[in-house]
Parts: sequence; structure tokens; C-alpha cells
Amino acid sequence: MSATKSSDFGIRLRQNMGFSIAVVLFSIVYFLYQLAHPKGFSSQVLVQNSNEVFSLAMLAMAQTVPVLMGGLDLSVGAVMTLVDCLASHLLEGSGWTVFGGIIICLLAGAAAGFVNGCVVVYGRIQPIIATLATGAIYMGLALFLRPIPGGKINEDINWAMTNSLGDFAETVGIFDDGKAPWFQVFAGVPTSLVFLVLVASIIWVPFRRSVTGRTVYAIGSAEGAAFMSGLNIERGKLAAFTLAGIFAGIGGIFMAIQTSSGNADIPMAGAYTLSSIASVVIGGTSLLGGTGGAIGSIFGTLILKVISFNFRIFDIAPLLQPLFEGLVLLGAVSLGALSILRVKNQLELFR
Amino acid sequence: MIQSTTGAFLSLSGISKRYGGVHALNSVDFECERGKVHAVLGENGAGKSTLIKIISGVVKTDQGTMVLDGQTVNFQSPSAANAAGIVCIFQELSLMPDLTVSDNISIASPPRKFGLIDSKAQRLRAEELLASIGCEDVNPMLRIRDLPLSRRQMVEIAKALGKNPKILILDEATSALTSTDVEKVYAMLARLKAEGVAILYISHRMHEIEALADHASVFRNGRHIETFAKGARNNEEIVQLMIGREISAHFPPKPAFKRPRPLLEIENLSWENRLDRVSLSVGRGEIVGLGGLDGQGQKELLLSLFGVLKRVEGTVKLDGVKQELTSPGVAKNAGGGIALVPEDRKTEGLMLPMSIAENLVLASLDELSSASIVDEAKVSSAVADAIQRLKIKIGSPDDAVSTLSGGNQQKVVIAKWLMTKPDVILLNDPTRGIDVGTKQEIYRLLRELADEGAAILFYSTDYDELIGSCDRVAIMYDGRIISELEGDAINEKNIISASLNISEQKANGDTHVGH
Repeated sequence: MSATKSSDFGIRLRQNMGFSIAVVLFSIVYFLYQLAHPKGFSSQVLVQNSNEVFSLAMLAMAQTVPVLMGGLDLSVGAVMTLVDCLASHLLEGSGWTVFGGIIICLLAGAAAGFVNGCVVVYGRIQPIIATLATGAIYMGLALFLRPIPGGKINEDINWAMTNSLGDFAETVGIFDDGKAPWFQVFAGVPTSLVFLVLVASIIWVPFRRSVTGRTVYAIGSAEGAAFMSGLNIERGKLAAFTLAGIFAGIGGIFMAIQTSSGNADIPMAGAYTLSSIASVVIGGTSLLGGTGGAIGSIFGTLILKVISFNFRIFDIAPLLQPLFEGLVLLGAVSLGALSILRVKNQLELFR
Repeated sequence: MIQSTTGAFLSLSGISKRYGGVHALNSVDFECERGKVHAVLGENGAGKSTLIKIISGVVKTDQGTMVLDGQTVNFQSPSAANAAGIVCIFQELSLMPDLTVSDNISIASPPRKFGLIDSKAQRLRAEELLASIGCEDVNPMLRIRDLPLSRRQMVEIAKALGKNPKILILDEATSALTSTDVEKVYAMLARLKAEGVAILYISHRMHEIEALADHASVFRNGRHIETFAKGARNNEEIVQLMIGREISAHFPPKPAFKRPRPLLEIENLSWENRLDRVSLSVGRGEIVGLGGLDGQGQKELLLSLFGVLKRVEGTVKLDGVKQELTSPGVAKNAGGGIALVPEDRKTEGLMLPMSIAENLVLASLDELSSASIVDEAKVSSAVADAIQRLKIKIGSPDDAVSTLSGGNQQKVVIAKWLMTKPDVILLNDPTRGIDVGTKQEIYRLLRELADEGAAILFYSTDYDELIGSCDRVAIMYDGRIISELEGDAINEKNIISASLNISEQKANGDTHVGH
């Protein structure tokens, strides 16, 4: 019995090699970063890092879903920017207005993703080119909403979301304004980190275990076989893009809250989209589809971001940063390809 | 011709389907009953595939009606057909390579808890289904990608069983299986039959049909020719119905046995734990068969000779010259040239979306070009020659190769390699899933090539083929060549006993038990 158990574990480890490497790599580099930081291991540093990571982590999760299906979504940055600009109009005022605004923003993100899905499914257009076009349209809409950067966000929500849980509790007025004794253990945890974990566990984890989620993996693995197995391919594709839109929308909402404004910044949207693809790959998801997952992509983002954190600490010329990020990306992809060296049947390289 | 059976569970009437100008099915009437195995016979292109695709909801009919259990049905998708209890095990596997065995088995309707997939229950279900077909050795957590072809096929069967079929369609489902697995499948079919499942069985293996079928229907050129009960027709008559022309002999005559000077010499070839000190030689003009149970190292031997495997120990000589075969590109040009007709024509043999002509010249582009520019005039004459020599049935050489039937696709693969004029021809089960007519053309072609001086090494899972077409047969067992048969010693009894590693060949003194 123990033999089967251990071989099960071995199988699982082998099947999640890319993900495991990403987790280990991040843990080491981030630990070194905290060691070297003058205020290392403090809530303040953690909050700052977490806030910087959140939006890209959302985009990385967004990108993961179409990639699992064997496509690329070039519009995730644009959807984020569109929702960011929308939020800068809607998240003013107070209480229910802001809440309603957040719902509308989420719906907008979902709608943008759904449109992508419709273009791909009903237009029978390849995802990469479909989303290149729709991405440009979403950018246009964002510019229409915010021709120049501006807008305003409810200050309470800005404060609550971009600081620690203690500040969040104080702003919202729960747990004796965050002063309950039992709560002190958690008070230093960054709010945005908690939300990141929540989004991953409330949206991604159930999705992965749903029939639709399984369909997305099946499409990426062998679309014809998925169809012959009686899976609903169209629903899978629509769901994949819609979910990508929702994740990108959450990223956009956070960006608006964080910056207290909306900004239809075209280069930034493009850079975010490309970084999201890098995160997905570093996190162990195959660009061919079928294997990987959004949790890995979060760690991919963390690795990308921890590089820039280290640049600030170790006083390296910031101009070198893209070069380092590129090397890490190459390194990550090569690690994933290490197993190729062991392949003794060259035919397997092409499967 | 069709008996109006009282208990027809599924009946089709006046079914027609056209693809472009071609009638794939032409007003076909067909019935099958519960608790019976109904074999569907016919050459490739006879309409069998279209028939089962229509029954299982993959394609829609142009005309005609289908009645299932008294209800007129018109399936819009495979899932609609599944829901009605019609389950098909396709020849092209319907498995997702990146998903695990248990994911695949329960893909369409996994066990759920709170709306989400219950992976524990799913795993148990996979274990149960695999056990019911005697496949306890497959760990349900493995990805399909990591399983050999024969195991994948068993997973495919387990997957179909999991859908609780009322009508089970097997389309060449046993062609990739080992003989032990085939036994298990037979037992499973007998069980389902007793439970009242209607089984449609499509196979090119006549002895399987003899063993299994209660009824058989023959199709030819999109028409239903005849349905008859078990034993009403003998093999000769069935073959007649299928191909509609007289066939005198299945195999071209063999020349008198003589052992020519070896051209290809293999000495002590070992690789991983799949090949164990294999030594074999093949001479000019000789067809040497590789036999034995599936998965005993035959494929690896062919792949190693074609430079696909890395870190192979031992030596390979061509005409006495030692060769370093590091890649197919090297093997192709080694000595007088080596060619391999691969196992899976769809992934290793052909570029399906590319044209017939492009596929044909792919391996011989060097000879057909000058200064790296492809000479179109040479190409078109070479293509015309190849098409004529192998009698490939095509519309135009510019059509995508995916538009051809399986048999004609395989001819394209073979023709592609003949264009390189190889001295050594390796074939990996080239007749799998191919109709009788094309098989015979391939046997004849192999003999012609041998007569022209080629050395042919031919792996086949079909014993009849080895007996009928080979001058010598090497039987592999557990990575070794366990026996070499020649002349009259090449018979079914010897092959089977050697394959099972039973040393019971005393009656045949001329059998060489080697190594």
C-alpha cells in the first residue's frame, strides 16, 4: 500500500514539476530579498510588495485560462485598463454606490471576455488574432472613458484595500475596529494578499474542479478528442474567455483603487499583457495548452516581481532589469525543457 | 435481403450521406438487435465509418430516418447520442493526452460533490472500470501521454463502458491491443451481450469476426450489400462480397528460400530495458518479418535502426560498413539509404493538411532540387510516377492528404519513402487498420521491391501476414530475438509458441532458437 502511495506522490510531483520549481525559486529569492531589506520581514514591506503584485497576478490568472485552452489572450491588459478607467468613474461616493460600481466593473470585465469568446467561437477566429483586435477596441473604449488620466476613488476603499488587514478592519469597522486581541495575529497581513488568495480559492479552485474547467483543459490537450467525448466545446471556450475577462477586471478595479485614478495608458496595457504571458510560462503552464494552472501563474508573477524588488535593494542599474527578467524567463522555460535531455526516444520530443 | 427481425433495437432506413460529389452512404437500410454482436464489414471507403459516425451523432444524414427503441431520433452531437445510450470506441482515440486516466474515463459526466468534480470518487470509478477489463496495472493518476498505445486503447474502452452503453460500437478497437488484452475485451463483450447491449463490431480481422459476431453486414461503395447470420457464409464468400472481385491468392508467391549475403547486419543491439542484445541480418532481396506479441521491442528495434533512439549500444552495419545512426536524416542517407514506414501515419508519416504531392516529395527534396531550389518539373514527374506505381486513388495531387481514405494515406507514406530509393526498408505494422485490397497491394509491392534488391524488415501484428509474405521471421520476446523461423517452419503454431516463449518446437527441426 505504501508503495502505491509513494508512487502516487512521485507521479504528482513529476506532473507538477514546473509549478514546484517556480514555488521553490520564488521562496528562496524572496527570502534573500527580505534578509537584505533594511525593514525586512515587516508588515510594511509585505504590504508594499503585495500591492505591487496584485494586478499583474490577476492578469496572469486571466491569461492562464485561454493558454490552458491552447490560445493566447492579447486583450487582458486592455480589459484591465478599460475596467480601470470605468472604475475611476464609478467608485466615487460612498457605501452602496461603490459596491454597485464594483459589480458593474466586474460585469464589464466579464462582458469584454465574453465578447472575446464569441469572436473566437462563433467567428471561428484564432484567439491570438481575435484578441489582438478586440484588445484594440477595448483600449479605444478606455481612451473614450479617460482621454486624459484622472478620476477619483473613494478614499476609504483606497486606504482599506492597499494596507494591512488591521487598517481594513478599522476602516470597515469590524473586530472592534481591528483592535480585537485575537485579531492582532492577522493585523499585519496585507489586505491585497488576502484578496489574492480569496480570488484564487473562490473563483479558480472551483472552476478547475468543474466540468467546464475540465473541458478547458481537455480542449487544450486535444480538441477533437474533447469533442468526440461529448464535451461542450463552445461553452468551454466562452467560459475560458469570460473568466479571463473577470480576472482582468478584478486587476483593473484594484489598479484604479491603488492609483486613485483611471489612466488609459497604451504602453502599460501592452507591457502588462506580455508580462502576464511570461508569468504563465514561468509558472509551469504549457503554451500548447492542457497542463498547468492559475496558481502556478501567480508564482510566475511573484518571481517576475521579486526581480524588480531586488533591483531596488541591491542597487543595480535599473536599466539592467529587463535583461534580468528576460534571462529568468529563458531560464524558467529551459528548466521546463530539462526533461528533454533525458528523452532517449527522439520521437517523444515531438509529441 | 434484410431479414425483418422482430427485435430491432436500432433501425436505419434510406440513410444517405454525400461528401462533395461522393456518396459515402447511398440509401442504406440497417438494423441491429439487443444482446447480439453485429459485425460490419467492408473495405476502407465502403461507408462503415460514415455509418457509425451517423449512428453516434458525429455527422448528420442528408436523407433517411433512424429509429432507436421505437423512437425516431436525430442526434445533433456525440453527447446527444451518448445520452441516448449509443457509445462509440473510435479508431482514432478520443483521449486527451494531458489529462489523467481517471479524468479521461469520467470526462463527460464525472461524479460530483457540491457541483464540483469529486476526484476521489472519480479515481475509484476509474479503478473499477479498469479492473472490469483486467487493466488493474494502469494507475489512474497517470497522464495518457505517458501510457503506451495498447494501454491507451484499454483506457478508451474503459471510458466507453463508463457511459453504460445500450449500443456499443467498436471501430477497429482491437487493432492496437496485445493478444492478452484482446481476450479481456472478448470476455467484456460477452458480458455486455448477456446484459442485452447491442454491439456493432467493425474489424478487419476475420478471425475476430468469426469468434464474436452473431450477424454480419457487408458494405461496399456506400451500399449495404448483404446481412447474414453467423456461419451462413464462409470467408471466401465474405471476401468476395467485400471487394466484389475475384482474388486468387492473398499473398504473392515466395521465391525458393535461399540465404543471401547480408546487407543490413545488426549485432548486439541494446537500448534501455527494451532491447537486449539483438542480432539479426537482412540480405538483399529478402523480406524478414518481425513477430511476437505487441510491445516486445519490435518497434524500438525499427526506431533504433532509423536513428530515432539515443544511446543505443551495439553495432549496425550496411554492406559491411559500420554506421552511426544518430537521426532519421543520417539514417536516410546511410549506405544505400534506410527508410522507415512509421507506426502512426497520422502523426509520424504524414502532414495531413499538406497536399498529396508535397507529402510525397518530403523525404526526397534533396534529389529533386538543384542549388536548394526545388525543381517543380522533376517534382511533378516524380509525383506522377509514385501515384501510378502504388495505384493511389486520388482526385488531384494538390488535394490535402487528409482527404484520402486510410489505405490510400498509407500508400502515400510508403510511396514517399520509395522515392528516396532506399536499400533498406523498415516497416512498422504498415497494414494496421487498412482494407484487404490495399493490404494485398502492399504485399505485392514489398515482394517487387525485394526482387529489385531491397532488404526489407517488416514488423506485423498479424500472423497471417508474416506467414504469407516473409522469407524469414524473427520472433521477439522481452527485448530479445527468441527464435528465427524460415521456410516451412514459418507457420502459425511455431509463431504463436515462440511469441509466448513456449519452447515446443521439437517437431520442426529447422527452427533456429537463437541467443
